[in-house]
Amino acid sequence: MTSVPQWLRPGVHAAGGEGLEKTQIDLGFIPLTDCAPLVIAYEKGFFRKHGLEARLSREVSWANIRDKVFAGLLDGGHMLAPMPIATTLGLGELKKPTIAALSLDLNGNAITVSLDLYRRMAELDPAAAAERSMSVRALKKVIDTGKHAGREPLCFATVFPFSPHNYMLRYWLAAGGIDPDRDVRLVVIPPPHMVKYLSSGEIDGYCVGEPWNAQAVATGVGRTLITDYEIWNNKPEKVLGVNREWAEQHPNTHRAMLMALLEAAQWIDQPENRIEVADILAREEYVNAPADVVKMSMVGSFRYQVDAAPAPLPDFNVFFRYAATFPWRSHAVWFITQMYRWGQLRDPVDMRKLAEEVYRPDLYREAAQALGLPFPTADYKTEGQHGEPWTLREATEPMILGTDRFLDGGTFDALRPVDYLERFELHNRQVSLDELAKVNP
Amino acid sequence: MSLRIMLVDQDSARSAILEQALHDAGHQVVARIKHGHNLLRELKECQPDMVIMDLEAPGRDTLEQMREISRDQPRPIILFSNKRDGDYIRQAVQAGVSAYVVDGLSQERIMPIVEVAMARFREFEALKRELHETKTQLADRKVVDKAKGILMQRKGMSEDEAYQLLRKTAMSRNMRIADVARTLLTLEGLTD
Repeated sequence: MTSVPQWLRPGVHAAGGEGLEKTQIDLGFIPLTDCAPLVIAYEKGFFRKHGLEARLSREVSWANIRDKVFAGLLDGGHMLAPMPIATTLGLGELKKPTIAALSLDLNGNAITVSLDLYRRMAELDPAAAAERSMSVRALKKVIDTGKHAGREPLCFATVFPFSPHNYMLRYWLAAGGIDPDRDVRLVVIPPPHMVKYLSSGEIDGYCVGEPWNAQAVATGVGRTLITDYEIWNNKPEKVLGVNREWAEQHPNTHRAMLMALLEAAQWIDQPENRIEVADILAREEYVNAPADVVKMSMVGSFRYQVDAAPAPLPDFNVFFRYAATFPWRSHAVWFITQMYRWGQLRDPVDMRKLAEEVYRPDLYREAAQALGLPFPTADYKTEGQHGEPWTLREATEPMILGTDRFLDGGTFDALRPVDYLERFELHNRQVSLDELAKVNP
Repeated sequence: MSLRIMLVDQDSARSAILEQALHDAGHQVVARIKHGHNLLRELKECQPDMVIMDLEAPGRDTLEQMREISRDQPRPIILFSNKRDGDYIRQAVQAGVSAYVVDGLSQERIMPIVEVAMARFREFEALKRELHETKTQLADRKVVDKAKGILMQRKGMSEDEAYQLLRKTAMSRNMRIADVARTLLTLEGLTD
């Protein structure tokens, strides 16, 4: 008879915390709709079901979440997907091995500009300005005209240096021939302040998660040009981040957390639950925004401009389907390539090895298996090759995955990251490809 | 030395006391910000030498990014918290980048904290600069060696002749030798 691992034995979780190294856990989040898995796991009793007494702590900055997880004041947190990589490398202000064993969602961000900037775009190139995938062409014309006239560069905001927002905005600008380090000024602003900054004219546009695009559109302050889904279909967004050391000391508690969040994500992705999710999230203690604004994207529609009907965008917020919760190591490698592309990472490292240290599908699989859920058996997948949902066969049972196209038609193979970097004409790379190739065989 | 300091604090009464204390110690508070909504503009306009900030005030990410891009002119930041998270603070005071202070900033504690933070910050910046210079020197040497190799191979020069050519070109164009070497490699299509 094969021996059953401790965590698979019945009763361990259902019995309310038996076998858990600790049952009281503190988790941090930022007021954004994609804190939903944490909030729903708490509100709908998934944490309790797995023996955990969770306390959620609303934080004002990503740096605070990082620091509090770093120091053990929080057991884990809602983190931007590249954050555990940056913290492991010590790229921000702190350095400590940090891991992600669960992705919290795909997509969910958009690029919005002030109405004033949009008007200038529409004057110079009305056809491009009106077309989501072409809008960057109109933006480039505004920038070129501005340069010619000696005007101050336009200013765009993202939410953190190591964020999907930063890399998506840069990817989009660069795809349109705009150099994000020279042609515009980039700043960081906390998501809840974005709309205010845009309306005061201090910034001309931003890339942020919901509901802060919907809010700008609804209040007549801005116009959304494009969503991140349209830049890279089903792009990774947030993860649950914990210290590696903490995970090693609390393997059962960590697994129980993953199981609770997996069940919450599954619950959120049931269409009939989405309105309730939006109502809960809108509350003061969570996102603290009008319920109809929160609902907009959560029910699969997106409103790009105030005087137009919302357009259907069913995959704008993906929490569970398409293996959305799986921490693909290929996603980690993609983020690392962007850290090189834009000069944030200045030392040559073995990108796959780093991805393997930080992204932990092995831990994910234990949790999914304990719940009887299917899961991918591969750690890497290619990106940019599927324009239609497709079937992943490298899984415990065939799984439907979403589209994964990039707006410029690019493809990404995590096994050849140096070749990928070579393709970008616009970059601010500080490490030569030769040096990178040496450590990335 | 008198410092130009920016205060970011949600508690106006507390920040008024802090401002007085800093003023008494000879420093100048160039801006007092309550909610962080105007942090960006104030930073640009005031150019403070140091920022003192309530940990629970939004805007930390803004400061962190500014430090990342303005590697030439970083500013020290003091973060303080009214929560008694001693362990947290102790652990998080790392690498001397940001100083964390627990339990607010009382009048008598503020001066030593500002001084220590400034000193640690300078020390850390000096270390970083040194590391950067060492790295640059290493990279420069590699580039120059590679360029010499090319000249030796393609023009049949000796190593010394190759070096003299690079040096002469650098002097006549007022460039660094390493930059001349880099240009040469680019022209030869030999960089990545």
